[in-house]
Amino acid sequence: MTKKLSEKILNIKPSGIRKFFDIVNEIEGVISLGVGEPDFDTPWHIRDEGIYALEKGRTFYTSNSGLKELRYEISNYIKRTQGINYNPEQEIIVTIGGSEAIDIGFRILINDGDEIIIPQPSYVSYEPCAELAGAKPVIINLKAENEFRLKPEELINAITPRTKLLVLPFPNNPTGAVMEKEDLEKIAKIIIDNDIYVMSDEIYSELSYKDKHISIASLPGMKERTILINGFSKTYAMTGWRLGYACGPEEIISQMIKIHQYAIMCAPTTSQYAAVKALRDGAEDVEMMKQAYNQRRKFLLNAFKEMNIECFEPYGAFYVFPSIKEFGMSSEEFAQRLLEEEKVAAIPGNAFGDSGEGYLRISYAYSLDNLKTAMERLKNFVAKLRREKEKINQFKKSI
Amino acid sequence: MRKELLAVIEKNARIGLKDLAIMLGVDEIDIANELAALEKEGIICGYLTLIDWEKTSIEKVTALIEVRVTPQKGEGFDKIAERIYNYPEVRDVFLISGGYDLLVTIEEKTLREISNFVSDKLSTLDSVLSTATHFILKRYKDHGTILSNKDEDEREIISP
Repeated sequence: MTKKLSEKILNIKPSGIRKFFDIVNEIEGVISLGVGEPDFDTPWHIRDEGIYALEKGRTFYTSNSGLKELRYEISNYIKRTQGINYNPEQEIIVTIGGSEAIDIGFRILINDGDEIIIPQPSYVSYEPCAELAGAKPVIINLKAENEFRLKPEELINAITPRTKLLVLPFPNNPTGAVMEKEDLEKIAKIIIDNDIYVMSDEIYSELSYKDKHISIASLPGMKERTILINGFSKTYAMTGWRLGYACGPEEIISQMIKIHQYAIMCAPTTSQYAAVKALRDGAEDVEMMKQAYNQRRKFLLNAFKEMNIECFEPYGAFYVFPSIKEFGMSSEEFAQRLLEEEKVAAIPGNAFGDSGEGYLRISYAYSLDNLKTAMERLKNFVAKLRREKEKINQFKKSI
Repeated sequence: MRKELLAVIEKNARIGLKDLAIMLGVDEIDIANELAALEKEGIICGYLTLIDWEKTSIEKVTALIEVRVTPQKGEGFDKIAERIYNYPEVRDVFLISGGYDLLVTIEEKTLREISNFVSDKLSTLDSVLSTATHFILKRYKDHGTILSNKDEDEREIISP
């Protein structure tokens, strides 16, 4: 063909995770710490409900905005956990995972050249989706010394007259950082003063190990300017069911439904029936998984401490984000050598933005045995690197 | 801590004191003390190993025996239950509601040994009215653990 493909798409760089993935697949016997999805299976009673929906022949489309029953359950859930009232008839849309909600949320808000503020390190989709929507992504590089929280002054510095939207990705993938109420209150004030929107991606909300997660939408004056995104993937170990949702003011949700209805029709029906069950009866499963994650989190933090590797304590999601800066190599180099020499796969921090350079994302969505073996291997690797460094230093001294 | 500790070691009794202490966020000595207390209070009754004998060359036969008995005055079912559970070959004895009284599980090397136990020892007890013996043919799940081949991790090695 002589006609060129879309410039806009051609200009988007492929995901750093993908790149690494291709290398990993060529090596055998790898222990992975690289996944961003739960190791638990979807609880059986939820799967059973999906099977039942199929048996009953519930294989039709649902309404564009999602099964009515499900929207009511979502509304109850947000009320119960955050104290926010969303009208299930107008203010909730069920999407194909949180990712679709991010994409269409951007698209309904942006006019060409509007700016979206994206704190990084964060989930790999925000920046390309913002570009696809015609926005100019404005990156805030979060800092380890702030435990990767978004600080008010960082936000103020990023705001321009063209700022339309702030993405608020907490609890955070890949850092595990959380925002507490005081943090959010300061951010909310700036948001309101500057009259901008917020997309709050709360997909890891149930995996908060210190305090209960608080949504920025629950703060005064914020509901009308916030798109709250959540989903079933991380909370109920339902990644493959592809189901998420967005809550927000009617004028926003109704526009999101418009794109969704033309591009998607509706989220998968089987998944929606299973999700109703999850919201009604899944609390105990969530608690059980959260407890297991928390135990592993503590195990990993201790392992890093023993290895003398710098790592702030993350209170959310299922990742730790240790610093590898002392070894004087890039995240990619470190991850690649760790993979080749010790067969442990972890994702280089820069896959989540430039500010992730010098860090590694380690997932603890793995059994304890798996983590133990991986930490043994990492320990060997770190010891080896330190010996190498020592040798070089001695050599330098001698000349 | 007690509840979480029990939940963890019920699934895996082999996790060491040090790891337990890290995972629960307390000191090792506290874990040791708590375990000692749990043992003393009879809450932790033992530490077992779950074995799928079918995968070995060792022959084992397990039977569930329904036993109907006459309860004894003043003692109820306790006396007769004691008579039964004192046999070393008996693994479990439960008092059951419904069509019979005691459920006894027994493990032996052969069918004959089990039938000998039932006819010679169990049925001859004074209070035992009748027995019905069911042999276990296949064990799918035991103590909450599915015994078929271990699930492989089918997730992609890396995902966002």
